[in-house]
Amino acid sequence: MTIRVQTQDFEAGLEINQLRNSRKDTGAVVSFIGQVRDINEGDTVSSLTLEHYPGMTEKALEAIVVQAKSRWDIFDALVIHRVGTLQPTDQIVLVAVTSAHRGEAFKACEFIMDYLKTGAPFWKKEATRLGDKTIERWIEAKVSDDEAQLRWTKP
Amino acid sequence: MKIKIFYFARLKETLKFSTEDLELPDDEYASSLTILTLKAHLAKRSDVWQQMLLGKLKVRGAINHELVDDNAPIADGDEVAFFPPVTGG
Repeated sequence: MTIRVQTQDFEAGLEINQLRNSRKDTGAVVSFIGQVRDINEGDTVSSLTLEHYPGMTEKALEAIVVQAKSRWDIFDALVIHRVGTLQPTDQIVLVAVTSAHRGEAFKACEFIMDYLKTGAPFWKKEATRLGDKTIERWIEAKVSDDEAQLRWTKP
Repeated sequence: MKIKIFYFARLKETLKFSTEDLELPDDEYASSLTILTLKAHLAKRSDVWQQMLLGKLKVRGAINHELVDDNAPIADGDEVAFFPPVTGG
């Protein structure tokens, strides 16, 4: 597995190709990219700053991938998450999962994202423009994210 | 007992603290320190601390890089962290 927390951008195609080519019995690659939107709750977002807890972040992501591997028959998984200040359309996160067939990879990829959203120590602060003023505000955690995570715990 | 505490996001910003080394009296805390009793101890510092740690804001705790609940025990030398619910991805 590969876990990276970094300020710099990533080349998703390159990362996915590397993962794809690492095993010849790979039949499916599922990936997710999260990116910065220019609008949130009706306000124009000019930038997004991500803070994290160095040390814990990597461990939390690793634990999530280990859990995904124990639940589904997947070959490998990659998680790259950016921190620092980002602009609209900038990539935030890449999750890619390989397996023999698509079903396992689809589920594992979504599971990793849902757990990342609720268990990995990242915090977003957005700068929004209200009139001619720029206001900074911390993004509140969403109940829908908790619900998305919880559905994996149901039998 | 000695512990290290980290604060993140809104907590760090409002409390104006990112990290501190804290020494607590052994007779009072050595066998009973939990996330909740530590919050209560820190909340005595001022109204702002009280509001941030025991107010409306949901504060998550971590011990040695593991998310824990309020009743989790804290031991000498532990690294504790307080932060709001996470919002990455």
